[in-house]
Amino acid sequence: MKELLRKREFTLLVIIAFVLVLIVIRVPAFLEMENVLRIVNDTSILIMVSLGQLAIIVTGGIDLSVGSIIAFSGMAASMLNQYHPDISVFIVLLVGIGVGTGLGMFNALIIAFGKVPPIIATLGTLSVFRGFTFVLSKGQWVTAHEMTEKYMNLPHGHFLGLTNLIWFGIIVSLLMYGFMRYTRTGREVYAIGGNKTAALFVGVSEKKIQFVVYTLMGILAGLAGVMWTARFAAAVNETAIGFELQTVAACVLGGVSIAGGSGTVVGVVLGALFLGIITNALPVVKLSPFYQMGLQGVVVLGAMVVNSLSAKREEKRLLERRLD
Amino acid sequence: MAEYKKSLVDTSRLVRDRTTKSRIVDFITRWEFIIFALIVFEVIVFSNLTPYFLDTFNLLNTTFNFSEKAILALPMIFIILCGDIDISVAAIIALSSFTMGFAAAHGAGTGTLIIVGLLSGLAAGLFNGVFVAILGMPSIAVTLATQSIFRGIPQAILEDQAYTHYPEGFGYFGQGYIGNSMLPFEFFLFLVLAVITGFVIHKTTYGRKLYAIGNSATASKFSGIPVRRIRMINFALTGLFAGIAAILLTSRIGSTRPNIALGYELEAITLVVLGGVSITGGKGNIFGVILAVFLLGYLKFGMALLNMSAKIMIITTGALLIVAVLIPEFISIRKKKNKLKKQKKDENTEEVA
Repeated sequence: MKELLRKREFTLLVIIAFVLVLIVIRVPAFLEMENVLRIVNDTSILIMVSLGQLAIIVTGGIDLSVGSIIAFSGMAASMLNQYHPDISVFIVLLVGIGVGTGLGMFNALIIAFGKVPPIIATLGTLSVFRGFTFVLSKGQWVTAHEMTEKYMNLPHGHFLGLTNLIWFGIIVSLLMYGFMRYTRTGREVYAIGGNKTAALFVGVSEKKIQFVVYTLMGILAGLAGVMWTARFAAAVNETAIGFELQTVAACVLGGVSIAGGSGTVVGVVLGALFLGIITNALPVVKLSPFYQMGLQGVVVLGAMVVNSLSAKREEKRLLERRLD
Repeated sequence: MAEYKKSLVDTSRLVRDRTTKSRIVDFITRWEFIIFALIVFEVIVFSNLTPYFLDTFNLLNTTFNFSEKAILALPMIFIILCGDIDISVAAIIALSSFTMGFAAAHGAGTGTLIIVGLLSGLAAGLFNGVFVAILGMPSIAVTLATQSIFRGIPQAILEDQAYTHYPEGFGYFGQGYIGNSMLPFEFFLFLVLAVITGFVIHKTTYGRKLYAIGNSATASKFSGIPVRRIRMINFALTGLFAGIAAILLTSRIGSTRPNIALGYELEAITLVVLGGVSITGGKGNIFGVILAVFLLGYLKFGMALLNMSAKIMIITTGALLIVAVLIPEFISIRKKKNKLKKQKKDENTEEVA
């Protein structure tokens, strides 16, 4: 029981419950099934991409180019759908994911083999990929009436009462949970981030791990790109600008250490959901949506302060135990 | 535990630095040369392609387009030398610009506006500093959160509106020239600030301490360097400089919207890194950064003269940033290979002997 109370995820769950109670007191309808599903649906893309960011941050890196990867792969998939409406949407989906994977691999190459620090490499590709999105689209948009019904149904369709988008979110979360927790490579991700020197000595390949996590991010961002454009029925050049910061915010909220080495899938999913709840609650409690940005910052900063204070307490506790 | 972990990481970095010390020295002397050569190349190419490039008035006037970002890059050198980063600078500009607009809307004069702009920048910088330097939280996460707070304030209050009324004399800072010359005030201010920054970095103990902290914060702490205070000052200075940039930018465009200076933080960081300052801290100098300001500024100017679209410029900037970090890496790999070869040769000859 004590162990459970000390867990980050549990604290976050309590905070979420507290915020929900506050909202429900004002607006009882907030917790109706329909609304809850809408929030989860709205947050699914953020969850998928944040889980990619999780793996990267655990290695001690960061990917600032995700917004641009989403824009480029979403644009590529939408244009394929626009010009060849007869091609099956599953192929379009695979192409979108493939394009994202390619871009992620490009990041992976310059980071793992070019030894460019992740923040610099992805800061550069943030501009490069965004620029190529403009080149690909020639500045044009792909709008709802230029997309096929089937393409837009990719996220909107229903299966067993949930939208496909939610299913994608669930599947990605489960796969990532299994990957990070139960595979050798997943554990090596934590090893590299926790203590690089020790990890290298026991034979973990840093290059391989870096290559895996940035490519993985490409796959997830490619999937997110297709979902994003199909869901909002528009592929514009500005898709997902600034989204990278939201994914990092979800990770930080979920208790992922920016210095690397720790962070869980469950925490990140909760962190992303928390951001989603705040965004959705604003109009419900009649606050202007213009408050969203500032509020999000306050929440993330508050979570970090709590994090760092509890980490210090934990450290003290461990020290005391050792002294006993 | 965290302390123990940190010291391990730091030692590994020290070891690496020792084995590659000669490489770093070589690289620093070489890096400014590469950028300088690129500038010369750029000037030759553009002046051959268009007659409007090598024109004193044009060359001076285009500094309006990059002076504010260049001013942001100066204190960012301090921050990055210490191994930190500040991604909230653009948001601080938005906040400062907002407070100035608010003051102007309530009838403040030019002098008051300047004070308001500088103070709100400084306050925002101190706010960052409290979390990073005193509470010891990672700078990238802190400034990520504070940037949405700083920009969130004008967004919540201004919504989709804008402040557009500023007092008469306020326009000088962003639009005026020094006396009757062709030298823009903004650019002149950048040069002055750059000289001061360069002096502080290379000629004072404060500057030496920045390098020490960047190389090993733990070792610096144990040798009596007030690490907390220095990091605090760095963030405060960055806020102050962002306040200066906010005054110039607001004065130049004459309006304040919540999305003012969007993306400036990335450009400022690009300038610093392109200038050869290592993102992991402890390496770099001011000359590289100043050269990078001109390289990028005139690259954009030349491309604009040739009617190249903004997207090509975006791609070029990003690619330049990556290549700038890749080149020294390749040089060092080749050097290492040569060294290994030489070592092998020596061993072989020894065996023969």
